[in-house]
Amino acid sequence: MKILVGVKRVVDYNVRIQVKPDGSGIATNGVKMSMNPFDEIAVEEALRIKEAGHATEVIAVTMGPKVAQEQLRTALAMGADRAIHVETDEDIQPLTGARVFKALCDKESPKIVLLGKQAIDDDNSQTAQMLAAISHWPQATFASSITLDGDKATVIREVDAGLETLSVDLPAIISADLRLNEPRYVKLPDIMKAKRKTIDTYTLDELAIEAAPTIKVLKTSPPAKRQAGIKVESVDELVAALKEKGLVK
Amino acid sequence: MSKVLVIAEHDGTTLNGSTARAVSCAKELGLDAIDIVVLASGGASVSEQAAAISGVNTVILVENPANKQAVSALLAPQIEALSADYSHLLAPSTTFGKDLLPRIAAHLGAPQISDIMRVESARVFDRPVYAGNAIITVEAPEGIVIGTVRTASYPVAENGGSATIEKRELSVELPSHTRFVELSSGGGEGRPDLQAAATVVSGGRGVGSEENFSVIYGLADKIGAAVGASRAAVDAGFIPNDHQVGQTGKIIAPDLYMAFGISGAIQHLAGIKDAGTIVAVNKDADAPIFEVADFGLVGDLFEVIEELEKALG
Repeated sequence: MKILVGVKRVVDYNVRIQVKPDGSGIATNGVKMSMNPFDEIAVEEALRIKEAGHATEVIAVTMGPKVAQEQLRTALAMGADRAIHVETDEDIQPLTGARVFKALCDKESPKIVLLGKQAIDDDNSQTAQMLAAISHWPQATFASSITLDGDKATVIREVDAGLETLSVDLPAIISADLRLNEPRYVKLPDIMKAKRKTIDTYTLDELAIEAAPTIKVLKTSPPAKRQAGIKVESVDELVAALKEKGLVK
Repeated sequence: MSKVLVIAEHDGTTLNGSTARAVSCAKELGLDAIDIVVLASGGASVSEQAAAISGVNTVILVENPANKQAVSALLAPQIEALSADYSHLLAPSTTFGKDLLPRIAAHLGAPQISDIMRVESARVFDRPVYAGNAIITVEAPEGIVIGTVRTASYPVAENGGSATIEKRELSVELPSHTRFVELSSGGGEGRPDLQAAATVVSGGRGVGSEENFSVIYGLADKIGAAVGASRAAVDAGFIPNDHQVGQTGKIIAPDLYMAFGISGAIQHLAGIKDAGTIVAVNKDADAPIFEVADFGLVGDLFEVIEELEKALG
């Protein structure tokens, strides 16, 4: 059984991003780039499923410019068996991304596709659900636990009301939430080994991806700033201030 | 005629407040009509609640035993069957809407706008990216406009409406590949819902342990508040994850937010930006939470809570 796992190159989560003064986007020159943290969790989970004997091959997939191969190398160093790079300089929106994954599913016939629940750059949280839709496969998003049993998976999902358990037939699309696992650290020998693993490349044309209607970004702005208030010296002062605003009785 | 269909979120008996927030967003589109669809197994009560929201024209009630729980793979084809009559499709940006709406959009071959926080026109919207550290203004392409509504950006639409309730039978085939097993809540029964509460008392790593969180619960119960937590407190196992406030947890907008022992990581601040008044109590005077707090108090959270309970008693 194969597992396909999505890997997106994003601005590192520790970077305090800056909006360009002309509103054309955010500054990315010289900014540290990393694998989307939710995708790291997805890769880790795929590896654990393989290590538990439920899968035979873990294939990491990315779409993006040439440099996105850095993130594939990270996935390979973590333990993925091989990788696929769909090379494009276009901005890939979720519907197109889902169509690319669908084309790769048709080629590779995985039983599970594991994606991060959202990318921390565009925060869309759409690709897994869209892929499930166009594949007519089950979806189990925001997963915090995955248990495999033959051709079924039991997935615990983090939902607003608590934890929801779904049972899905495989093949299925699962998106990883924070508490699914803690990704392993990559060791130097693994990085060296990863250099010898295969990365296959495709273009969108080679995969015959139908262009999807896209959302146009008109401008990028900094968020409205919340003004810092005052420091109070005592609980009495705090309570008086809150009472004055009618916030406590 | 352009019309918007808002997908109702509910638990079978009660309409979730996020639905009425999505209606507030729908009103700003300036379309000819706002309809709500309730997919339920027995939806009489929920559809009456939906019909009472002011500004709503028609509530479409689709009853089917398969709709007892909200399983997106089952709900999506039913909404797709209704979508041809609409120019816009909205759902709240809760885990319900986030799970469901992209499944519909992809089938319809349309992109989705996530977390709408402002409507500029019927096709142009603002939405947050990078955990709310940048806002993008986006334009939807031709065709049906599909979006989730950032609930913290919109008030609950008032009651006072009297929409028509229209029962519909849909002949769509539903898949059998996805089965609901169970839903377990992480506790907090009898307390106000975190996303709807007017006051939220929240604890962070500074609370120190699961046992110590009883102090946070104690204060919350005293003032009728919901209980929240930072990701650090959840990850440390002090409190279940459904209490987590922040970009990867719940985004909330209470009138009063009280943060105890929370340093104020960017991801946490993204979840409380729209709170009316923020109170921060932390022993570290340099904690970033003080940069956004309306009232900051440097001190030991346990002593402060003890004094607060006395003062508010």
